[in-house]
Amino acid sequence: MLKEPNPTGIKSGAQIVVDALIEQGVDTVFGYPGGAVLPIYDEIFQQTKIKHVLVRHEQGAVHAAEGYARSTGKPGVVLVTSGPGATNAVTGLTDALMDSIPIVVLTGQVPTFMIGNDAFQEADTVGITRPCTKHNWLVKDTNILANVIHEAFHVAITGRPGPVLVDIPKDVQFAAGKYQKRSKDLRKRYNPQTTPNDKLILKAVKAFENSKKPILYSGGGVVNSGEQASNLIRKLVAESNFPITSTLMGLGCYPASGENWLGMLGMHGTYEANMAMHDCDFMFCIGARFDDRITGKTDEFSPNSVKVHIDIDPSSINKNILVDIGIIGDISVSLDKFLHVWRERGSKSNTKELKNWWQEIQAWKKIDCLKFKNDTKSIKPQYALQILEKLTKTMDRYVTTEVGQHQMWAAQFMGFEEPRRWMTSGGLGTMGYGFPASIGVQIAHPKSLVINVAGEASWLMNMQELGTAVQYNLPVKQFIINNKRLGMVRQWQELLHGGRYSHSWSDALPDFVKLAESYGIKGIKCEKLGELEKAIIEMIEYDGPVIFDCVVEKHENCFPMIPSGKAHNEMILEADQPENKIEESGAVLV
Amino acid sequence: MQKLSLKKGVSRKSAYNLRDPKDDKPERHTLAILVDNESGVLARVIGLFSGRGYNIDSLTVAEVDHLGNRSRITIVTSGTPSVIEQIKAQLSRMIPVHDVHDLTVEGESVERELALFKVFAKGEKRVESLRLADVFRAKVVDSTLVSFTFELTGAPEKIDAFADLMVPLGLREIARTGVAALARG
Repeated sequence: MLKEPNPTGIKSGAQIVVDALIEQGVDTVFGYPGGAVLPIYDEIFQQTKIKHVLVRHEQGAVHAAEGYARSTGKPGVVLVTSGPGATNAVTGLTDALMDSIPIVVLTGQVPTFMIGNDAFQEADTVGITRPCTKHNWLVKDTNILANVIHEAFHVAITGRPGPVLVDIPKDVQFAAGKYQKRSKDLRKRYNPQTTPNDKLILKAVKAFENSKKPILYSGGGVVNSGEQASNLIRKLVAESNFPITSTLMGLGCYPASGENWLGMLGMHGTYEANMAMHDCDFMFCIGARFDDRITGKTDEFSPNSVKVHIDIDPSSINKNILVDIGIIGDISVSLDKFLHVWRERGSKSNTKELKNWWQEIQAWKKIDCLKFKNDTKSIKPQYALQILEKLTKTMDRYVTTEVGQHQMWAAQFMGFEEPRRWMTSGGLGTMGYGFPASIGVQIAHPKSLVINVAGEASWLMNMQELGTAVQYNLPVKQFIINNKRLGMVRQWQELLHGGRYSHSWSDALPDFVKLAESYGIKGIKCEKLGELEKAIIEMIEYDGPVIFDCVVEKHENCFPMIPSGKAHNEMILEADQPENKIEESGAVLV
Repeated sequence: MQKLSLKKGVSRKSAYNLRDPKDDKPERHTLAILVDNESGVLARVIGLFSGRGYNIDSLTVAEVDHLGNRSRITIVTSGTPSVIEQIKAQLSRMIPVHDVHDLTVEGESVERELALFKVFAKGEKRVESLRLADVFRAKVVDSTLVSFTFELTGAPEKIDAFADLMVPLGLREIARTGVAALARG
């Protein structure tokens, strides 16, 4: 039963919510109904423009929206009820804030006249979510509801993207009010700087030209800035022949098959990327934020380099590492200007010194830091990912991950040729992110292959979303690297806590194949090295959701590794080396 | 004051970018923050300070433009130069924040604070408290046979000095408003 169009502009708050979402171009909402959002769900029932995806837990809704947003570039939208609905969304909101993912969360609230009375399913949602959103609103008047929702979308996608939340009391949803169309006035209130300072760009170009040992270090900001930013980075690298590395969040902006690619940097980054960061004389940080996983010990971080940093968020500049030239601006706009100025000045670089620098880098590459000893019987997790990569890399593929060793191995052993193909929880490190995120990605890209590379412990944290995958017949492939351990925790306990494996294994894992079958989907278990390739092909070719239980070697550690409290040039390359013990001062760091 | 031995950057006339960002000595800064007068805005600002571990030495807030719906928050904070930079950048990127002025580095400014002092004293001490109040140009706003309540306005240092003098004379309670500040001229 569809409603007639209403020409008067006076509507119920619930209608206003749905109309505002439609005007914003929303096609999908991830949500879970409850008492305080019933009027909005009633409106959703009576229209066809917005598809509602019923999740099984509100955290899943937010991660799914993150997967949707990260893989499309459009904001993800979530609709949940008051109280527990809102508090369950908090982890996802924090995750999106840390990784700059644009999402709009609409929460129901108890009626305005009951706020503050400890009503049933009441929580101070704007109070709880204030530190984990870019901005949030409690709407007490139906007449401003449309405007607030438009502003919420504007804030979520403008400048450095992030999560926003609009809390809507139930009486505001019922009351009648005037619908306001999206206006351009929103820019007046929130309009962050996107155009960089020309003088700083010129200074950066000069430093770029004079460099002898340069490195480009790109991050998630490049993905957020749009496709153009990735194209410009590729041009800059191709024309300058400078080496490039990237953070976990920026993988795919420069293709992994590109000649100048050094692999990911940071705690579990490649030896060549980290050594190049340490020894460079010019560092060009593009849309990254000198996170502690990247820098290691800040006092000894890249001691001899001139550092240029482009970021749209002024608070990212000089936060962790003092830079010589800090440029505030959108990556696409800034790189466009940078390339323009550099080309106009003759596209200069120190070719001879650059050649020597590449020779140094090639020597580091020869160390082959990702090598591992393959086993004859058990499957090494690295090997499993190598095979998965081999079989899927040419496909129209999206990869999500959970958090832990498998995540780092996936970043090391899988290559991404384009941005928005790799969805992972970088900043917050949220176990349980990957499965719901894969659902959001698959909703946005129904024809593509979506794989969630998971650890069994992380995956169990949001396994309830199996119901969602089955209900919407989403052919997501859950590739579970099962070592029956909290692998990363166990690794740290081995390296830092004398091998006292306190609570880092699970004695009660489900039979993943039977679990899949209980939901009526396919389960595959693979324990033998020789059967792995065939089993993965079976997973890829199956038309429907699959849980793949890949039983791997239990005690494999993830290397290379910069131990906490150490500098880039103090990486551990392999296990079992006595000098690789981590000092006590490093143990207090995370 | 330190007129003869000015450290680099401490002078109110010095250009801000002369300050050495690597200097790790804490500095006291007065920030004036112009915000939309909407519900929760103070909580956002305070939450930023507590969440990120910044100091608040003093805080005042009131609506200053009813038609424009603006409030002014004056915060006295202390931190190393790089922390002060972070505070300003973090404040500036909040949606309801329109302007952040660092009055300590943006030229000269005046700072004033109002305080009420309740002093219980008898005999000579009672007379002495009145005499000192006169020296400081404090006003008596309430008196009983055993107590005075003084009102004093001035720079925070003046309030501190008056409080120090009143302690031995029978100071029981102080209420301070926190600093209000404006750039000069």
